[in-house]
Amino acid sequence: MENNVILEVKHLTKYFDTPKGKLHAVDDVSFSINRGETLGIVGESGCGKSTTGRTILKLIEPTSGQIIFNGTDITKYSERQMRKLRTDMQIIFQDPFSSLDPRQNIMQLISEPIREHHICKSKEEVQKRTLELMDIVGLARRFVNSYPHELDGGRRQRIGIARALSVNPKLIVCDEPVSALDVSIQAQILNLLKQLQRDIGLTYIFITHDLSVVRYFSDDIAVMYLGQMVEKSPSDKLFEKPMHPYTRALLSAIPLPIVGKEKPVRQLIRGEVTSPVNLPDRCRFLPRCSECLENCPNAKTPELIEVEPKHFVACHIYDC
Amino acid sequence: MENVLEVKDLVVRYDTDDGIVRAINGISFSIGRERTLGLVGETGAGKTTTALSILNLVPDPPGVISSGSIILDGKEILEMGEKELEHMRGNDVAMIFQDPMTALNPVITVGEQIAESVMLHEKLTKEKAMERAKEMLELVGISGSRAYDYPHQLSGGMKQRVVIAIALACHPSLLIADEPTTALDVTIQAQVLALIKELIDNNHMSMLMITHDLGVVAEVCDDVAVMYAGRIVEIGTADEVFNHTLHPYTEGLFDSLPNLRQRGEELIPIKGLMPDPMHLPEGCSFSPRCPYATEECHRALPELKLVNGTHYVACGRYADPSFRIRRNPDGK
Repeated sequence: MENNVILEVKHLTKYFDTPKGKLHAVDDVSFSINRGETLGIVGESGCGKSTTGRTILKLIEPTSGQIIFNGTDITKYSERQMRKLRTDMQIIFQDPFSSLDPRQNIMQLISEPIREHHICKSKEEVQKRTLELMDIVGLARRFVNSYPHELDGGRRQRIGIARALSVNPKLIVCDEPVSALDVSIQAQILNLLKQLQRDIGLTYIFITHDLSVVRYFSDDIAVMYLGQMVEKSPSDKLFEKPMHPYTRALLSAIPLPIVGKEKPVRQLIRGEVTSPVNLPDRCRFLPRCSECLENCPNAKTPELIEVEPKHFVACHIYDC
Repeated sequence: MENVLEVKDLVVRYDTDDGIVRAINGISFSIGRERTLGLVGETGAGKTTTALSILNLVPDPPGVISSGSIILDGKEILEMGEKELEHMRGNDVAMIFQDPMTALNPVITVGEQIAESVMLHEKLTKEKAMERAKEMLELVGISGSRAYDYPHQLSGGMKQRVVIAIALACHPSLLIADEPTTALDVTIQAQVLALIKELIDNNHMSMLMITHDLGVVAEVCDDVAVMYAGRIVEIGTADEVFNHTLHPYTEGLFDSLPNLRQRGEELIPIKGLMPDPMHLPEGCSFSPRCPYATEECHRALPELKLVNGTHYVACGRYADPSFRIRRNPDGK
């Protein structure tokens, strides 16, 4: 089973130094992903989910911890060593409007990584591969000479996906890939990503704030709050039996498109996310938690423990 | 029942250098007293243009309200002079925008910004207005002592609360909320929605809620209008539209949503894209994407017709009395 793991992250930590003190962007996060599976990372603005994704790709240098990709520790890799690895690990960004060079046409945009990494030998081959990629992501070939501003958001996101696919990656970090799109287009892109996973066995890290999207998409889900992983479990389990008070509040906050019948009562979560700067060693959800125990204010930061098979929670309710 | 707002046969276009953008193509709806109407649709459906028309704020040029009528509290907005309009905005109708970061002035304290809008509409001294501003802040769940803070010192959720305080400062009878929670995190969205709902109820106001999120509609709206390419394709009570859906586009919107309750294998997206409002297709605008469309649909523009109770649909297929969509096999 061991070699089925494509990525392992151990105690990943990223602090940023700010004038006010140490900003805990990612704090001691560990997980692993099997080949061909999807890990969803959910959380609200500022919980560290994007920083986690970027640190794994070493677009941001980690403060400490280990990133093991395909059995090799890449934490200390130099930029040059990473360059070679970039063909294995790719990223799709949220905003297809700002992540594409407006002065390149579709042919140039999609073929750029192919040329950059010398994947094809001749010019003709590059062109052939680009057109193939357009077919794969469902972009009509007539757009080959168009520029990004001439296309709608859904098509631009398809360009982003084609670019990521162009180097035959094994792992793709999808950072809010459908958040900027209308629902009907969102469904098209989600179906495409799922289709690609089935066809070429891609592994995804799916970063999103949208819990309904993540359930549809992921095998496992990790919930983050203020830089820490507070709960991790197989997707269905998390939705059927959320254990961390924050996960419960998050699930209950989603407005469901149901009128009248079978509508669950909403439990509102109080307050807002506190500042991630200079955090004390105790539960970070404490100020907003409605279920906290008498001893919680005095206790240290709860550790992530396996409460049920494959279901991990970091909460004092479960560790005594 | 007396209506706060009545919009009839409204047509708005934008005359641009590239051509005529047909943003709104004849829509009619009304909002009853103490009712909330949700206006749902995707980018480019004409939701925001509808809202701006009600305030007579469609940018002109290039915008032209070419025909129709908008009657607010018995008065025709499209015939008002600038003075009357200014009095109407804020006193009778107020609007909350999607992005609280850009709706607030970054160099003025939030207290002063609320006081400013109070003073514009009521004769109060600056001190009195500032008192009112603090009361308003408390009302939206922010401590009055933060009246001296600048917008950048507040979080996104708090900024949106300030915008709500400004909108409600003069007790308008109608509140227009244009995607008020789209920029917020879900837990904050839930708080802000609950706040808006409470304030609307306590002050006996009516609301037009513009959103792309069917979940938000289910949460706060009594009635729902679904817009597509500048037309209303379905309108009725929330129960009618959600539980007895009639229009294929509305069905498509529901099918596109990942189901939170169940991990489905495949989503059913609506094929194709929203038509370019510069080149709307002939016949029903949705027909090129509609799985039920017939030859006739591509030719004739369907009218909004009453089906049941207060439930209207604009779909040519219902000319055949046995026609049903998948979501609603009983057709009721």
